[in-house]
Amino acid sequence: MTDISIDDRVFVLDADGPCLLGSRCTDCGALTFPPQDGCARCTGTAMEPVRLARQGALWTWTLQGFPPKAPPFAGSLDPFVPFAVGYVELPGEIRVEARLTEPDPARLTIGMPMELVADPLTTDNEGNRVMTFAFAPAGQQ
Amino acid sequence: MTGVAIVGVGMHAFGRTEGVSGMEQGVVATRRALADAGATWSDMQFAVGGSMEAGNADSIVSKLGLTGLQFTNVVNGCATGGTALATAANAILAGAYDVGLALGFDKHEPGAFRVDTKSAGLGEWYGTSGLALTTQFFGMKVNRYLHDHDMDQRILATIAAKAFRNGAQNPMAWRRKPLSEDEILASAMLSYPLTQYMFCSPGEGAAALVLCRAELAHRFTDRPVFLRSAVVRSRRYGSFEVLAPSLAIESAPGPTVETSRLAFEQAGIGPEDIDVAQVQDTEAGAELMHLAETGLCAHGEQERLIAEGATEIGGSLPVNTDGGCLANGEPIGASGLRQVYENVLQLRGDAGIRQVPGSPRAAFTHVYGAPGISGVTILTT
Repeated sequence: MTDISIDDRVFVLDADGPCLLGSRCTDCGALTFPPQDGCARCTGTAMEPVRLARQGALWTWTLQGFPPKAPPFAGSLDPFVPFAVGYVELPGEIRVEARLTEPDPARLTIGMPMELVADPLTTDNEGNRVMTFAFAPAGQQ
Repeated sequence: MTGVAIVGVGMHAFGRTEGVSGMEQGVVATRRALADAGATWSDMQFAVGGSMEAGNADSIVSKLGLTGLQFTNVVNGCATGGTALATAANAILAGAYDVGLALGFDKHEPGAFRVDTKSAGLGEWYGTSGLALTTQFFGMKVNRYLHDHDMDQRILATIAAKAFRNGAQNPMAWRRKPLSEDEILASAMLSYPLTQYMFCSPGEGAAALVLCRAELAHRFTDRPVFLRSAVVRSRRYGSFEVLAPSLAIESAPGPTVETSRLAFEQAGIGPEDIDVAQVQDTEAGAELMHLAETGLCAHGEQERLIAEGATEIGGSLPVNTDGGCLANGEPIGASGLRQVYENVLQLRGDAGIRQVPGSPRAAFTHVYGAPGISGVTILTT
């Protein structure tokens, strides 16, 4: 079984770990995630690819307590396991929305340190394990 | 804006109506609005209508009569109704027409909205990963807001309980059973800190308004209500919006703030002049946050206002007097016009047992929707 990224234009599985791909405006310095060819801040069109930081702090979060509709959801619904979702602030870069590996509200606190991980979502027709990205409490992995 | 009057309003009850299509509900609302104005479909020189999932609004002409009028379809997420009204009002202000109709209807499948990531300009990965749920945004926004303003989750239950109490007094509402704060807090945790009964549900319904040039209002009614402003705006860089894979660290106010400010400027009145307000309450936290974003109060002031009963029908700033989205559900195309319908009833003194006392003279509506748009109207007697 091979691990593959859910979309390698957004998220890559490097030898040294998972990484999110973004873009940076060479005019005003604003970052985007995922990458795009125009700047949402200054409307410029001179964007360059960047790799985003893997560490950050939890900015806000919620619980996905009910099964999402499928499609579009491709994760397990039998059984559905509630998961958390949050925005993680990558210092000096951007806040990224992602699944969180910790689903217990009692163990999630705004401001806690988080790190990027690859999170198995489903298996494709060729038997590959499709990995999406998530953030885990720092030091847990 | 002083030149547009609302001279007729009509609704089809919100909720679930088995066997009646969204468009057929639109026909009912239109005929009720025409009857209220003492007008006929043939009198309508133009119409602007919107529906997200119940068909192209202009197809309704085959049911109402093929009179040759100009019919413009609008779709703008939860601001569809507000956009229909703003577009219709602008047509009259531009001098293109004297009399026309703004219409919204919808009929959604049960459960949280199924987001089409491609239509929303998002990658497929966003939906497959389980991030394409508008409910998550509402949970995350209010979780951060409660944290920043040191408020307790219980205030969300207080807001929801008011909505169901008001809905119980509204024959057009879907949820007409009052619920206690404890029942609301004990319901299923859907999107922390929001429980099931703190959320509205996608539903069905229709609302329609007959509009005309203000100086013609007396032809239709002796109690016209005047549209002082109708503004729709999209988000700016740095605001925190629904269906956003990322947010800038540099933060900016959401579109509600700018839309409200412009609407007050155009109307020439301020938040302190508003006697009754309908604000987007997709969930209880939305009412909490929008109260401040609209300028109706300051951030952090809500706890005191709500504790004092200010937002109740008999309070100093009655909010969501018809039960809001929480008690009415959300048929996207119709929701914004449902708010205007309620305000017209309140300004005319026709709201029955939920009438705001003291002859309200100025009323405010606000919608917010994906992917970060807001629509505001201000009405006066």
